[in-house]
Amino acid sequence: MATVFKKTQMLTDTPFHYCPGCTHGIAHRLVAEAIEEMGFQNNVIGIAPVGCAVFAYNYFNCDMIEAAHGRASAVATGVKRVNPQNIVFAYQGDGDLASIGMAEIVHAAARGEKITVIFINNAIYGMTGGQMAPTTLEGQKSTTCVYGRDSLLNGNPIKVCELLATLDGPAYIERVALSDASSVRKAKKAVKKAFEYQRQGKGFTLVEMLSSCPTNWKMTPDKALEYVKNDMQKIFPLGVFKEVE
Amino acid sequence: MAATKIKKELCKGCGLCVTACPKKILRISEESNDNGYFVVENFNPEECIGCANCAVMCPDCVIEVER
Repeated sequence: MATVFKKTQMLTDTPFHYCPGCTHGIAHRLVAEAIEEMGFQNNVIGIAPVGCAVFAYNYFNCDMIEAAHGRASAVATGVKRVNPQNIVFAYQGDGDLASIGMAEIVHAAARGEKITVIFINNAIYGMTGGQMAPTTLEGQKSTTCVYGRDSLLNGNPIKVCELLATLDGPAYIERVALSDASSVRKAKKAVKKAFEYQRQGKGFTLVEMLSSCPTNWKMTPDKALEYVKNDMQKIFPLGVFKEVE
Repeated sequence: MAATKIKKELCKGCGLCVTACPKKILRISEESNDNGYFVVENFNPEECIGCANCAVMCPDCVIEVER
């Protein structure tokens, strides 16, 4: 019998600290598998964010740098400019990227920095205990909007892919979901495409992954993925938002 | 003939593999690991088709699949 699925060598043996059912583990694996399959093992530098994925440097079997909160894309910019031959990726959550790091991501995209950003959107601040994030859906409950997000009081969710797609710098922007096995397989293709665009030096690339947070959404892992599929995808439609030839 | 290898000490019992399995041959067992999680088990290995959906959905890379 041949092995059809095995843990990739690009992930270390350290067990993930994430909660049961958290899709961060799937996202980590997709990025790691894409790196391995494309043969970038000895040529890749990752930037870890602040948030639940703050310990990402323990899990990826490549050189990693821990950035200050929200600054992963700024650090990635510096790394890529000094080492243009390397593949550089920043792994950021929604609180990190869409709130405190909004300036860094918008300007990195506008400058067309040749980096890949993996954006994990779970519509909540996970690590700090489930506060409202810029991406929290209208009506969704969190510890800082206990009756559900009210657009009159709290504003509307920010759609990062649509926002960045209006700029000239990005070469490839796609939103995928990690809600079931076929979506996860599609997500890996998107990550590989983003890395390929970076290798060709086409410009800024970003893959947004709709993820779940069963703990802070107060759902079972299963129900949380259904929520991603049925509710999140209405507000955050999947698809390619920018692709240059 | 296909087979799943489950690293029980890493399993967190989230059950995403149970939903992903098209043959419905995975379940959360009554056995717990050192972390106190009830781990997943394949109760009908003969039925496994080796599609690897369980492994693709596992957030903790617990499952290896052979076919």
